[in-house]
Amino acid sequence: MLQGITMNGKPLVYLDNGATTFKPQPVIDAVNYFYNNINSNIHRGDYEIAFKADQAYDHCRKTVAEFINCDEREVVFTYGATSALNTVAYGYARKNLKEGDVILLTRAEHASNALPWFRVAEETGAKIEYIELTPTGKMTLWNLRKAIHEGVRIVAIAAVTNVLGVKTPVREICRMAHKVGAVVMVDGAQSVPHTRTDVKDMDCDFLAFSGHKMCGPGGTGILYGKYELLEKMDPMLLGGGANARFDSKQNVILKEAPIMFEAGTPNIEGVLGLDAAIQYLMKLGMDNIESHEQELRDYLFAELAKLDNVTVYNPDGDSAIAAINVKGVFSQDAACYLASQGVAVRSGNHCAKMLVDVIGTNDTIRCSMYFYNDKADVDALIRALRTCTLENCVGVFF
Amino acid sequence: MADLLKDPMVLREIIMDHYEYPRHHALTNGHGYLRAHMASESCIDDIQVEAKIEDGIVRDVNFEGVACTISTASTSIMTELVRDKTVEEAREIMKNYFAMINGDPYDEDLLEEAVAFAGVSKQANRIKCATIGWHGLEKLLAESEKKDD
Repeated sequence: MLQGITMNGKPLVYLDNGATTFKPQPVIDAVNYFYNNINSNIHRGDYEIAFKADQAYDHCRKTVAEFINCDEREVVFTYGATSALNTVAYGYARKNLKEGDVILLTRAEHASNALPWFRVAEETGAKIEYIELTPTGKMTLWNLRKAIHEGVRIVAIAAVTNVLGVKTPVREICRMAHKVGAVVMVDGAQSVPHTRTDVKDMDCDFLAFSGHKMCGPGGTGILYGKYELLEKMDPMLLGGGANARFDSKQNVILKEAPIMFEAGTPNIEGVLGLDAAIQYLMKLGMDNIESHEQELRDYLFAELAKLDNVTVYNPDGDSAIAAINVKGVFSQDAACYLASQGVAVRSGNHCAKMLVDVIGTNDTIRCSMYFYNDKADVDALIRALRTCTLENCVGVFF
Repeated sequence: MADLLKDPMVLREIIMDHYEYPRHHALTNGHGYLRAHMASESCIDDIQVEAKIEDGIVRDVNFEGVACTISTASTSIMTELVRDKTVEEAREIMKNYFAMINGDPYDEDLLEEAVAFAGVSKQANRIKCATIGWHGLEKLLAESEKKDD
């Protein structure tokens, strides 16, 4: 996928997959197919290409259902994980929470799984509480047990955290949360692309993930919700396509879930591309992807440990994601130097702005890998890190 | 001096020196100072700039904060360049600095050590870094003129 792409005159080593991923040809072809052959709106047109677009769009719901093991009525198309998370915060939590109820998060959450809940808390009088994490961002069952109590109504948590790549014990969380009657919202943005996802086995109530982080087009995402919960939710957006009828006396009848959550013309071509992306991943096999990334993870951390000039914040991280800093060099300066060597990484706080309370640093370099990365990519990163001095970082400008 | 400021090695040293030993790198929070908190331009750099402007003259400029080499060093050099200049002179320096960062013609004599950042115009993602402190001062100059009205 990255064949032939260069950066600063060097072959691109793309290690920013936590931000977004490259797209395989079948995904690009699916988007092009829509524009070239069946460009039309869905669920409205009485002509052949519109019918074909309908079929292709609805087919993706089946593909997603197979991919995460749910019923296709439980699959809502969104514009990404962020809009899926906001849909639940707005449509479920805002409606059902009252003063004093508790929303449980961790300090490792991405802004998209924190800020919507902050607003729910502000508007309903609910309280935000946090499950304590170890200094490398891990969640122990003991800390989980301590955090869950009768007042908890919502647990919103990333299955894999976006900076440290830590896997959270989601199944345990769901089991314990359900015992006190709480609902669990899983942010799967960093887990679904990399590991087998089975919502029935996990027993989560809601799951959000993005298409573009798993080889799909931008502006696509999925909200999974147990159907009985989706039925109780308000849609965040109202408009065309999502209502059955309305009149001038303001009587409104919405369509049933999941369609009621998809007001407005959706990203049809994106959904077709997402279908192709999921099929591509399923063909590769999620277990194969995971074991390849585990091998990369082990190699990455073993090689990083050999460097004296690098601090690793998540040496026990579970994913092929390393959060590091070069000693004495600001993360953005280091990232620019790595870019000059052809290596693309992300610097900063990666939208996880509460994580400073856990790992004690505000900003890091995040190197995040995907199935198309290999050991040679790790070698290129390590070579660039070895020469990443303050002099060389400033030297980029001359 | 002018020749030295064409030597990339010297320019690199200037940036490193201002990063490792930033000048005027403590806020006085004193009476008569205007302050700008530049925290919303990027989510990494978080810089505060203060200035004392009296009778149309920039008497003092200081800054503080967490930032990369480019934002720290460019703000440090700025505090030296505009000190004791009139507001008009400071504006002229700024105008030339922003021109340089945008890759437009500029008067290098006015910018002195700040010419070290000329290369930033080729690194689009760092333009914010090289201008964050300068935009802070720009706000303060505007504020001081409003007060005078």
